[in-house]
Amino acid sequence: MEAPRLEMRDISKEYFGNKVLRSVNLSVAPGEIHGLVGENGAGKSTLMNILFGMPVIRNTGGFEGRIFIDGEPVEVNSPYDALELGIGMVHQEFMLLPGLTITENIKINREIVKDNLLSKMLGKKLGILDFERMRKDARKALDRVELNIDEMLPVLGLPVGFMQFIEIARELDKDSLRLLILDEPTAVLTEKDAETLIEVMKKLSREGISILFITHRLNEVLRVADNITVLRDGEVVGKLPSSEATIEVLAELMVGRKVDISARARRGFEEDAKPILTIKDLHVDMPGERVSGLSLNVQEGEILGIGGLAGHGKIGIANGIMGLYPARGYVHVANYGEVELNSPLSALSSGMAFVSEDRRGMGLLLDETIELNIAVQALLSRGKFLKKYLFNMIDRESIRKHALKMIKDLDIRCTGPNQIVRRLSGGNQQKVCIAKALTLEPSILFVSEPTRGIDVGAKKIVLDLLLQLNQELGVTIIMTSSELAELRSICDRIAIIYRGRLQGILPVDASDKEFGLMMAGELSAVKEGVF
Amino acid sequence: MTSGDFNEHSLWQRIKEGVASFGVARSIILLFLIILLIAALILDLPMDQILSSMLSRFGMNGILVLAMIPTIRSGTGPNFGLPLGISCGLIAAVLSIELDLRGFQALFFAVGLGGALGAIAGYLYGLLLNKVKGQEMTVGTYFGFSIVSLMCIFWFLAPFKSPEMIWPYGGSGLRVTIALEGRFDKVLNNFLAFDVFGVTIPTGLLLFYGAFCLIVWLFMHSKTGVALSTVGESPRFAESCGLSIDRYRTIGSVVSQALGAVGIIVYAQTFGFLQLYMAPLFMAFFAVASILIGGATLNRATIWHATVGCFLFQSILVVSMPVANLIISENLAEVARIIISNGIILYALTRREIGGGA
Repeated sequence: MEAPRLEMRDISKEYFGNKVLRSVNLSVAPGEIHGLVGENGAGKSTLMNILFGMPVIRNTGGFEGRIFIDGEPVEVNSPYDALELGIGMVHQEFMLLPGLTITENIKINREIVKDNLLSKMLGKKLGILDFERMRKDARKALDRVELNIDEMLPVLGLPVGFMQFIEIARELDKDSLRLLILDEPTAVLTEKDAETLIEVMKKLSREGISILFITHRLNEVLRVADNITVLRDGEVVGKLPSSEATIEVLAELMVGRKVDISARARRGFEEDAKPILTIKDLHVDMPGERVSGLSLNVQEGEILGIGGLAGHGKIGIANGIMGLYPARGYVHVANYGEVELNSPLSALSSGMAFVSEDRRGMGLLLDETIELNIAVQALLSRGKFLKKYLFNMIDRESIRKHALKMIKDLDIRCTGPNQIVRRLSGGNQQKVCIAKALTLEPSILFVSEPTRGIDVGAKKIVLDLLLQLNQELGVTIIMTSSELAELRSICDRIAIIYRGRLQGILPVDASDKEFGLMMAGELSAVKEGVF
Repeated sequence: MTSGDFNEHSLWQRIKEGVASFGVARSIILLFLIILLIAALILDLPMDQILSSMLSRFGMNGILVLAMIPTIRSGTGPNFGLPLGISCGLIAAVLSIELDLRGFQALFFAVGLGGALGAIAGYLYGLLLNKVKGQEMTVGTYFGFSIVSLMCIFWFLAPFKSPEMIWPYGGSGLRVTIALEGRFDKVLNNFLAFDVFGVTIPTGLLLFYGAFCLIVWLFMHSKTGVALSTVGESPRFAESCGLSIDRYRTIGSVVSQALGAVGIIVYAQTFGFLQLYMAPLFMAFFAVASILIGGATLNRATIWHATVGCFLFQSILVVSMPVANLIISENLAEVARIIISNGIILYALTRREIGGGA
């Protein structure tokens, strides 16, 4: 049997004691299209970073395991090494220079030059560009991806679909290319462009180029891939030929049951009950997490989970409603009225509060004391903790009193209310964020990624705290998280966001398969929202 | 280990901790000042005069240094555009002479009008700063230079008539330096002043500085002040509190330039002269250097930093001048001033990311 084009054997990787890959094996035959699927955080990017020799891997202590290309053991220490070995990668974010022409982009750093007097004396770098030959090469590469476009156009202003193909053409132009990695290539493409891409991939594989295709879209991977590897939590949980795979099987493998659903009795929340928060046709322009036309009702007293894959807009919802990113649409809070969008002040005064996913950036003043962090948002937006003299002076006494109460109630481990927040652990910082939000006495609390960057022990404490707030203070909580297990552990029901819209709402005890399918946009809404 | 060893160890430890908490730069400057003072003693210089002059120079520069606090706290960095506020103060002072005011009346007129003009100018300057986010220090520096040159034209063309201010041999334009004798020369310095062992305590001047410290303290602890600090510390956080970032950056600039205007009047009051034309060119640098010596960073400053910094910086200048004059026969004070002020600014700029310390 022929040696595989790529073989990754027993790859393990640790980030700061956190195992993100556990002896992963991956093998791609020459001319094979291999699909790699998995949830966010399953380890796909880390695996590709290792293969491509990205510096981030070496800077965090390297990895274990071996890589073979065509049966030869290789060391990939830098992206340059990867290129030398004939590995090409098309990244999720485009890496094209907008000011240059398509030809220049395709030939970048590999320009064909003509000799002149200077270059003869001082080396090839000073040669004159041979545009004729460069154009021909570019044309050839573009033809291979079936892109019918003038190769001398500047990249600036081209539709995103074209850019994807130009990137692929750039990789193809490297004569040594043996393995092409496509990271979520169809995410930005229209249906039609995605079709073309799939055709191009098939054509390239017939030419003998191996393709590693990373995606969330299960139907595409089923159509185009020869074999599929499923990653979950850094482990290979499935490896099967696509002829044997179905969307259901893949979805179940991808999500998996990670923890038992806690024993708490879930309350049923009826769609037609009077909602505390009504969202209609919400659009949020948050880079990377765009929301486009979301409609959702939230019932009073529930914990609503918002799940979905990264980049589909679940993070954008709370940020948009709270006025932190440009938004349009209709948001209504019971007992308040319509909330003015793009105005944090209006959102705060309607009784909503937000614990941001960007804890250290937006959530906290890292170099200030715990007590100020807890008080400052309520002080500035709601005029709490003020004494009126000639003008509004801050009332340090009441701030101190409130901070001490919060420290006690939420069990914030610190040396005192004067401690600088930067010195607290992640879990305790998160508690300060929650205390800050509670100080606003919200009726609706948005919580985004509450356990991101927090060690395992503290995760449970934070989640229990949220549950306690909901049950004892009656705060309606809308929790956004990338970790489905976390949503399932405390939420009453879970809304899944796909491409910036509500895909459906599932009860927490829905099967892994249903969650997996819905996140991948394959399941038509099980239970649509009211609108 | 004997208990003696232990004590010695803990003493050394305590010194190290003390230096660390006081700041390395500040400790070095303080050490330098002490060496200079010892040298002055050995050289048998008139200590009473030196100490009087230290107090008086501290008081006269204090408010100019305080002017750095609102801009640093609002996130626009030290106010390198201070010559704008200074020019406003000078206009007000010149007007007080033109209107033939004297004594405290003249001083308070100048302070009031200067503050108001400074605030208006600060508002416009704030609009400019909001257009150049991230470049405030560079833009501010060149803005300061430009405004000084622009004011040269104003001083030259302004239709003032008072014979105390125009050139004695006629022609147009104001003099380069205008004596304040008989106007508000030293009215604050002499107010309730008394002598202790030959050292003159400029009570009025220090009280006036104290009053402005109190005003700045009250401002920083008002709702507006807290909002301003929040904007400076984390614009994204401030947005999430519903604050308008541009608005509070502008307020910082308004307060700073108004303080700059008041500061220059107090400065001139002690100095005894109004210095026009190119004199304000480098004043911002000395104020910036002072607060940085005091332990402030480019994004964190307190009244304590301003006070300590101003005292250390001015004291070194006062003491180094006679000491240097005796040891080396050239006048090195001005050179020392420029080396220290530019050196300390450079030092602070290189420590930009660290925040705290310095």
